[in-house]
Amino acid sequence: MSTSPLADLPHETARLLEEIAALASLEQLRDIEPSILGKRSVLSSLQKSLGVLAPEDRRDAGAQLQGARRVVEAAFEARRSDLAALARAALLESDRLELGDVVVNAVRWPASVGHPSLVAVTQRELEDVFVAMGFTVSEGPEVESDWYNFEALNIPPAHPARGMWDTFYVELGEPETVVLRTHTSPTQVHLKEAAALHGSLPIHAVMPGRCFRRDTPDARHLATFHQIEGLVVDRGIAFSDLAGVIETFTRAYFGPDIESRLRPAFFPFTEPSAEFEVTCTICRGAGCRTCSQTGWIELGGCGMLDPAVLDAVGIDGDEWSGFAFGFGIDRCAQMRHQIADMRALIDNDTRFLRQFS
Amino acid sequence: MKIALSWLREFVDLPESPDELRPVLDDLGLVVEGIEYVGQGLENIVVARIEEIRAIEGADRVRLVIVDAGGGPLEIVCGATNFVIGDHVPLAPIGAVLPGGFEIAQRAMRGVISHGMLCSARELGLSDDHVGLMILGEAVNAPVGTPLLQALDIMPDVVFDITVEGNRPDAWSVEGVARDLATRFGRELRAPALAEPNADVDSDSFASSGIDDPDLCGRLTVSVLRNVTVGPSPSWIARRVQNAGMRPISNVVDASNLVMLELGQPTHPYDAARVARRTLRARRARPGERLLTLDGVERELARSGRGLGDSGEDCVIVDGDDTVLGLAGIMGGATSEISDSTTDVLLEAAFFDPMAIARSSKRHGLRSEASVRFERGVDPNLALRAVARFVAILRESIPDLEWLSAPLDTWGTVPSPPTVVLRPGDIERLLGAEVPLEEATSILRGLKFEVRLDGETLVVTPSSARLDVRSGAAGRADVIEEVARLYGYRRLPRRTPRWPEPGALSTRQQLRRNLRDVAVDLGAYEAWTPTLVSDEEFDLLLKGVVRVRITNPLAAEESVMRATMLIGLVRAWGRNLERGTGDVVLAELGAVFAHPEATPQPRVTRGGAGGVVTLALPYENERLTILLGRPDDDARTAVAFWATLGARLGLSDVVVRTCDVAPVGLHPTRCADLVDRASGAVLGHVGEVDAALVSTLVPSVTGRRVGLVDLDVDALADHARATRCSDVATMPSRYPSATVDLAFVTPSTVHAADLAHELRMASELVEDVVLFDVFGGGGLAAGTRSLAYSVRFSSFERTLSEGDVAGARELLVNRARDLGAVLRGVA
Repeated sequence: MSTSPLADLPHETARLLEEIAALASLEQLRDIEPSILGKRSVLSSLQKSLGVLAPEDRRDAGAQLQGARRVVEAAFEARRSDLAALARAALLESDRLELGDVVVNAVRWPASVGHPSLVAVTQRELEDVFVAMGFTVSEGPEVESDWYNFEALNIPPAHPARGMWDTFYVELGEPETVVLRTHTSPTQVHLKEAAALHGSLPIHAVMPGRCFRRDTPDARHLATFHQIEGLVVDRGIAFSDLAGVIETFTRAYFGPDIESRLRPAFFPFTEPSAEFEVTCTICRGAGCRTCSQTGWIELGGCGMLDPAVLDAVGIDGDEWSGFAFGFGIDRCAQMRHQIADMRALIDNDTRFLRQFS
Repeated sequence: MKIALSWLREFVDLPESPDELRPVLDDLGLVVEGIEYVGQGLENIVVARIEEIRAIEGADRVRLVIVDAGGGPLEIVCGATNFVIGDHVPLAPIGAVLPGGFEIAQRAMRGVISHGMLCSARELGLSDDHVGLMILGEAVNAPVGTPLLQALDIMPDVVFDITVEGNRPDAWSVEGVARDLATRFGRELRAPALAEPNADVDSDSFASSGIDDPDLCGRLTVSVLRNVTVGPSPSWIARRVQNAGMRPISNVVDASNLVMLELGQPTHPYDAARVARRTLRARRARPGERLLTLDGVERELARSGRGLGDSGEDCVIVDGDDTVLGLAGIMGGATSEISDSTTDVLLEAAFFDPMAIARSSKRHGLRSEASVRFERGVDPNLALRAVARFVAILRESIPDLEWLSAPLDTWGTVPSPPTVVLRPGDIERLLGAEVPLEEATSILRGLKFEVRLDGETLVVTPSSARLDVRSGAAGRADVIEEVARLYGYRRLPRRTPRWPEPGALSTRQQLRRNLRDVAVDLGAYEAWTPTLVSDEEFDLLLKGVVRVRITNPLAAEESVMRATMLIGLVRAWGRNLERGTGDVVLAELGAVFAHPEATPQPRVTRGGAGGVVTLALPYENERLTILLGRPDDDARTAVAFWATLGARLGLSDVVVRTCDVAPVGLHPTRCADLVDRASGAVLGHVGEVDAALVSTLVPSVTGRRVGLVDLDVDALADHARATRCSDVATMPSRYPSATVDLAFVTPSTVHAADLAHELRMASELVEDVVLFDVFGGGGLAAGTRSLAYSVRFSSFERTLSEGDVAGARELLVNRARDLGAVLRGVA
């Protein structure tokens, strides 16, 4: 048997690996790629030379050659990523800017006009109305336990009333124990709990915040939305106080010609409960498409705190009573600005955003 | 729930029009979502027969049809093709107005005059069918010219679509709604006709029944009906069922549905011949049992519970061989269903534990008209009254129906009605208004609550139809709500409460407003980007990091809680750029989330049933992230943006200090921490967005730098971390100040701000130190650069002399030398 065509393979492989290790830049690497792995490379010509071998020898030799090729290819790719990392590091180094040395007075930057988000603007207007009415403002977390979102609000586990909220559950703890809050009411529970603990009743607070419901977004609803909730716990508070607060708020926020009305409803955490409606702001009560010809728009829910809810946080219902109400901040914005599709609020199109100030 | 006005009127006199009743129902908390006018606008439609069909020259979509509607041949142009000569179809003659308000006029088409319109079922509002004309088949055996309403046996009616609230189990029925109206109007509530058992054979001679698990099944009644002939219902019954949105099936099934709609009691008829040993028992399902329900789905019973509070148990009805026949209160099985050959019926009317039904219904994903009622609480005393009504109805089609005497009636555990005591003043305390005692009493009696007057105290036992009424203080609220609801919320006075505590924003809320205002003043558009993002998006910056995951996301792209607002803002900026509206600053103020295992500050709270479990919740970090995306923005403009914003926050001294490790998403060599000098806390970052991230998210943009200011609002609001300026004002000196420029060759390890700070501290005459020039290279040694400051000196006591200034300058130069900074030209 004459000398194998692959006699030089170990030597050639070592030479190629040396060549690869010596590459100093991505440009060099690109230039040399055809001569190492391409059709004219040593490995390719060795491949061609296998034609002279007998079929069974050819198979062994082919496998040997393939092994060598894989080694070379791997080294080549490793070098490529090393060089790329070096190039990025060099680029970053050449780009380095010591930000502590920036001479602020010398920086020239364009004059431009910004715009607050419509939700933030609306929330601020609502807060201001309530602050003027004597309310403080409180906030709470967006991820809550089922206790605060449901059970302390008189909605026990597996109760059908939980179906009133389409809930996103979080993969923490036992199933269904951690939720994205479906309403701002858990903040109400935190407030009452803290006040009961510290003996700091009464409470007169509004609680704005972001909430989540597992509901496919459409022109009227977003799965993420903002609510503002009100809570009063004091001595001698009655339903007529609730109705009066709603009425005062309605006129202060929507205008003196807008009225409110209450009609019976059910919420597990209030009793008696009511939906509150305001005069349609589009037709001013005359009846139009927006209000289905009724002259009224449903804004939110409210009611007297259920004794079970006071009990859950250890507040004595014989001494203290109170009410709660809640409604959508985004919905107020939608009403005031006649926003045809709520999804505009999350599109962040600057042509939409620049209308609000 | 859909309720026909004609049906309500059987229970109570209601001369009011639908439009007058709507606000009354709304005011009772029975909100009318819609009013449907059945069979209205069909008064002028008549039955016509197709006599002849001709093509119209030049028309391939319409044909000329000649019909007879009793008044001789009429030529009509028609586009439908689903009929043949001899068919009977509805004709809207000229002048008729269709339910949609469309008035039929004489029209010319293709030179042919059409004298009316042949109608589809949808055009008449009778069904959704619009494949062609409505063909009145053999069953409608009416001569031509007959009014369609008469031919189809339709009575014009009005159907209210009412939303029933969760605390009104009684309102899932015509009688319940009528009871509210009768009480509100002070009118009589009429009772429906009821049958009596009429066979002189006791039920237990034919069938048997029992309850094995009294906690799940509170009452099981089984009535035996014989001589049953299954067939279609009389048309008035079919119409009732149809108007309520259900499909008429047979006289037996329709009677069951009718009773449920009318009184609120679901019943279930079994073919007695297909029930082993003619026995019905209620028991807990055993693991491994299966049932093929009537909807054709095979269900595994007593599976382990899914979700919080689900014990996994099911209540089932079994026969005498202990074979499962149905999922109690939810849906029956196929094996014992009524068929055309049924002659003996076992009729089940029961009470099941509402929570048990709710859990089973949710776990099996199976809601039925029955389960909706049972899970809210059906009146436990209603069962046999409902059967008596069922028999009365079924007798309309089966006059010789037999109902065996002494129906089987087994009781398990049913909730006992509470006694609710309303002391004098209770109503006024809760409502803020006095409701006269007589009026409250008559309201409650109208609702079938038992009321006993003990002096001024009302002792109330709620109707057994109102299982929502609780005991104790909660029960008082429930009963007073009923009084208020029927009395009318609108009649209650309004008063605005006053309290001495002032309203106010917290300092944090004021800080947040301030941040927003200044960012907007400096040119930021405020954005709102998604809180829920995809795994891929999360991985862009935090590959492999444990994340807060949603168990039941709407889509995979929204399954993880964001850990940064940066990506959302870059995306929003990119979309605006593509529209040509993106040369802006975008800012977002919001929460980002870290998994409790990935944070040293998890929030610990209580949860689980009863709130007895301790849970670790994600750390929620409120941040203000500002992306500077105008054409010349970069890390420099970001520093300037921060400097201007920061100056408005009342902070004592925040240093822009190169980070040891660049935060993810920032350009690694063009970023810095914002460090509170006194506390050492990091309040945020400033720099440029990593170019690699920008090109991944916005491939269409190349080579553009994007500035970033990212502030930790939690840190800014925390006075231990963000050190405030003193509240005590510094009075400016009345004497002239002297300004000196000092340039130092400074090792690059010394921050410009630190040197400025040292200069400020070096002499009490220093009023202000401002960096005005930086340069490196040239003749300067490697590892150094020149920092030039403008220093202003002043004194409160006098005009500074040259000597004063020279002395102070000397102090500054010496202090700088301690840091390795050498005054230029002096070395």
